Amino acid sequence: MNLADIRSRLDGLEGRAFWRSLEELADTPDFREYVHREFPSQASEFTDPAGRRQFLKLMGASLALAGVSACTRQPQETIVPYVTQPEEIVPGRPLFFATAMELGGLAQPLLAESHMGRPTKLEGNPEHPVSLGGTDIHGQTSVLGLYDPDRSRTVLNQGTPTTWSLFLAALQGVTTAQTALGGASLRILTEPISSPSVLDQLEMLMSSMPDAKWHQWDPVFGTWQGGAPAAAPVYRFDRADVIVSLDADFLGAGAGSVRYAKDFSSRRRITTPQAEQNRLYVVEPVPTVTGAKADHRLALKAREVGAFASALGAAMGVGPASGELPDEARTRWIPAVAADLQAHRGRSVVVAGPHQPAAVHALARAMNDALGNTGETVHYMAPVTASPADGTASIAELVREMNAGQVEVVVVIGSNPVFTAPADLGFAEAFAKVPTRIHMGLYHDETAELCHWHVPQAHFLEAWGDVRAFDGTVSLQQPLIAPLYDGHAPIEVFSALNSAPGATSAEIVKEYWTRAFAGETTTSWPLVDRNGQKFATFDAFWRHALHDGFLWGTSVLAGAAAAPAPAEAPVAAPAPMTGTEVVFRPDPLVLDGRFANNGWLQELPKPISKVTWDAVAYVSLGTAESLGLDTTRVGNGDVNVIEIAVQDRTLRMPVWILPGTADDTVVVHFGYGRRRAGRVGTDVGTDAFPLRTSLTPWFAGGATVTRTDDTYPIASTQNHFSMEGRHPVRVVDAEEYRSNPESVAELGHHRPPPEMSLYPPYEYNGHKWGMAIDLNACTGCGVCVAACVAENNIPVVGKSQVMRSREMHWIRVDTYFEGDPHQPAGTYHQPVPCQQCENAPCEVVCPVAATVHSDEGLNDMVYNRCVGTRYCSNNCPYKVRRFNFMLYSDFTTQELRAQRNPDVTIRSRGVMEKCTYCVQRINHARIDAKTAGTPIPDGTIQTACEQACPADAIVFGDLNQADSRVVALKAQQRNYGLLEETGTRPRTTYLAVVRNPNPALG
Amino acid sequence: MSQIFPRSANALARMSLAGVLFLVVLLGWIVFMLMRAPWLTKQHEFVDQPVQFSHAHHVGGEGIDCRYCHTSVENSAFAGIPPTKTCMNCHSQLWTNAAILEPVRASFRDNVNLKWNRVHDLPDFVYFNHQIHVRQGVGCATCHGRVDQMPLMYQQNTLLMEWCLDCHRAPEKYLRPREEVFNMAYQAPENQLELGRRLKQEYNVADVRHMTSCSVCHR
Repeated sequence: MNLADIRSRLDGLEGRAFWRSLEELADTPDFREYVHREFPSQASEFTDPAGRRQFLKLMGASLALAGVSACTRQPQETIVPYVTQPEEIVPGRPLFFATAMELGGLAQPLLAESHMGRPTKLEGNPEHPVSLGGTDIHGQTSVLGLYDPDRSRTVLNQGTPTTWSLFLAALQGVTTAQTALGGASLRILTEPISSPSVLDQLEMLMSSMPDAKWHQWDPVFGTWQGGAPAAAPVYRFDRADVIVSLDADFLGAGAGSVRYAKDFSSRRRITTPQAEQNRLYVVEPVPTVTGAKADHRLALKAREVGAFASALGAAMGVGPASGELPDEARTRWIPAVAADLQAHRGRSVVVAGPHQPAAVHALARAMNDALGNTGETVHYMAPVTASPADGTASIAELVREMNAGQVEVVVVIGSNPVFTAPADLGFAEAFAKVPTRIHMGLYHDETAELCHWHVPQAHFLEAWGDVRAFDGTVSLQQPLIAPLYDGHAPIEVFSALNSAPGATSAEIVKEYWTRAFAGETTTSWPLVDRNGQKFATFDAFWRHALHDGFLWGTSVLAGAAAAPAPAEAPVAAPAPMTGTEVVFRPDPLVLDGRFANNGWLQELPKPISKVTWDAVAYVSLGTAESLGLDTTRVGNGDVNVIEIAVQDRTLRMPVWILPGTADDTVVVHFGYGRRRAGRVGTDVGTDAFPLRTSLTPWFAGGATVTRTDDTYPIASTQNHFSMEGRHPVRVVDAEEYRSNPESVAELGHHRPPPEMSLYPPYEYNGHKWGMAIDLNACTGCGVCVAACVAENNIPVVGKSQVMRSREMHWIRVDTYFEGDPHQPAGTYHQPVPCQQCENAPCEVVCPVAATVHSDEGLNDMVYNRCVGTRYCSNNCPYKVRRFNFMLYSDFTTQELRAQRNPDVTIRSRGVMEKCTYCVQRINHARIDAKTAGTPIPDGTIQTACEQACPADAIVFGDLNQADSRVVALKAQQRNYGLLEETGTRPRTTYLAVVRNPNPALG
Repeated sequence: MSQIFPRSANALARMSLAGVLFLVVLLGWIVFMLMRAPWLTKQHEFVDQPVQFSHAHHVGGEGIDCRYCHTSVENSAFAGIPPTKTCMNCHSQLWTNAAILEPVRASFRDNVNLKWNRVHDLPDFVYFNHQIHVRQGVGCATCHGRVDQMPLMYQQNTLLMEWCLDCHRAPEKYLRPREEVFNMAYQAPENQLELGRRLKQEYNVADVRHMTSCSVCHR
């Protein structure tokens, strides 16, 4: 494909030109063939080495056996009641408990669904100010980690299984020896910590061993390039009319992403054409979901973002401008953005991203101060995670001390530095010099392998704890289940170091809060109920706090006073960089590899690129052309491998051409290539850590990138289930929509009248379920997919199957780019579940009536009737049906059985499946309403995707209920049905994207 | 050249055609009958249990209400199998030395669960819900039979889908007043159809279109 071809093709299209991939734009005969077939050619044929003849023999035999086995009797099953039934449990009904997940030291508040003691699904805690009911992708998928059969199961001493009590005895020896030395040669390495009780234990430890040191390392959170900012910002996007993001993916990553997406989308879910919405400017090197929501997006190198910030500041009278900027940015962007910000003083916000140096953070803060935004749209407070804040500096110091022989004992908790530490430090060699190495972690990982002692860590659903959210809210963790694999909480190790071995996490945490209630802790906590009243007794306080999952009055977002932010220390401007830039990013799903053994996360398509099961390096189309890369690869398949050299380090990595990436930039994702992850994650993908150094953890200049002759197979879902250029997303500008509310409808084709059907009309008398998806709110983060997987027992199929378009996700998020592929004018996301068509094309072609309509308008899928002809999928215009080509559900791994949702059938081989609007939830609500004799109030039934969505983009409800939210949404002029010209009358409809561009930027 | 096939071959050919047809029909009939055979449905089959618990004694003899043990039948899909503690409520006082109750005492003493064998076992893709059936006036005995007359528990009905649909298509044939749901000895009145239709109205029982929608039971 060459530039001229693309230009002519784009020019030939009317209106906005949308495309999903470069292959689609190139429209080669190969690609047409690929799209024409629902599955790649030979996907349904048996191409494995066994051979066709062998296959037929086996099939013949298994057919005969299947025929015979169908006549066998069902095996005898047992029912195992309790000996003494716990009071709250009603068999067959789930219970919900508030807890929190800790990620990067900060809380992700959750409600855990428990079926007779088995946690099966995690939802957001609707009362918690940081969640408001939504979850992020890691919150949704972490329940699978609980049941991971590869988690470490026993305490190991020199690789030999031993016991927790023997470990405690050994630790006692360490404590005695170190106390005598004042802890001079004891080092503790953890991830960032905000937990009040753990910090209390650490404080105690440091007072009894004043010379001991606590180091912190987390390659994703708490790692800074050029120093950490002094203050932690908490944004109020619900109050901001104009938002400028300086390389900040606040909607897609980080501990605040859920609340931020809620707040941001509250200004995008417009109800009338006249409604005002916010405006977002994004300046970033890597396409992110935040960039995709931007009204104006500028792709700059990471190092140019600082220059942009200083120029923007200078335009508003904050500091001098410094650094090089492209003309486009300097002459058009800076004046327009500065004017827009100054027109919205106190109602705008400048957001600096965590991958930018402290200087950019200081500039953003100064601009917010100057604009009067501080205190209105942003609060600056002391960081919630305790010092040491800068992980790279901290781990570098630890390595120095280990090399100098100053460390006798090192205790590593949670972290996996042997795999993740900056490559220039030589962590593993230094680590090997320490005489006693102790590791606690969920897995026997790369670090555990080098340790004398390894202790299995309890999953957060197995232990007591407390952790603070990014806005300071103290959240409590309570166990949903006894440790499956003899795990212990980190706090139990700290307690043992404090000469209180054997105390359980329950005792230690409760003891801390008993002292806090009595006012005997270093930090004083408000400890009030939801009305601000003090509790009479500790028991009353504890019961309420556990029920709610957090402490009222501790949330800055809910109005609590924040710990005052320290002033920013003056920072030296970073050394200027030149040449091709390498940008480092954690994999958006498996992060630094800590979730590498989570099959759900491995298989979720990564936002925007839709790559699964691998780490790739992103480059722009311009860079790809200058590198001579193949830009016409078709669908899944082999991509080029490039060699990236920075100073004396080199790395070979598969490359992915992602429109919207900054030119002359390579975005390298780390977190793959784990050597000891488990059956899912070991040796999957490429390890990029060898390229990442302590001085340049997020971006580095002076790189040399060369194309190699190697290729590498990548499984990306971007071209799967294509709707072949029928313009499924509709986008209008705010001004256009305001002046002509029919502009969205005009983008579509003629909608056939309802009577144009061969089938008699059907009257839906009772409930009439429907869904509306607001594309203007949707950020494309993919949480809905994760939630659907967890709720509906959707199996993981593996990379080779994804390459054959056999992924089983019932909802997918399609990404569309607009305009010039060198610099797309827009990126749009569209979640596509089953559209539950009223005139469903799938139903009429099923020869065995395995897919039929319910009286409430659901397109039912009856697994036990399905014989696997796949006619339905062939006839589905939306390509939302999924077929079990093989036995994808894991029927054998005992541990994973406990995770499954008991209300949803586990599908076997040869069966078609698809979204059911979470019919299990509908049925439960309907039965409960009937039992109570009341109607089902709007909002009672939430589908899994709707409940998890951080942007509230998905709304499900009854179309026969006049005052339901979904009826109101569908009445909007933005509402349209996907491919409605085909007459399928989909029950799921979409609300068009309304962009709010700045006229000054055109 | 002489004929290869004698004249009788015609008759043989016709007979084999008829024979093949007969065999196909026979095979179909066998499959049809086998599917409904008690051998497969486990209808009327006694199931071994760790304790030979007698419903006839406890329900029929002592008059214990169903809900004393099956506590969640009115508010959950699953009726509930009583925990050992429920047995011990009485049997810590009564028949404390009976040999037959040793497994129950052992369970309570050692905190080890009793493992009962399922008598009514639906396929895993069927999601039966007790709560709504009890609420809408389907008596326990309608599906489970006269449990109060069963010394050993067995499955009274086939539990085949056609059996479920028999009622889902015409619930008026079986509905009874709510207050009679747990009454084992309830006899349907002469005017059952009339009563059923009235109850269907009164209890807001869904129409046949809803009750025969697949996703009501399968999901």
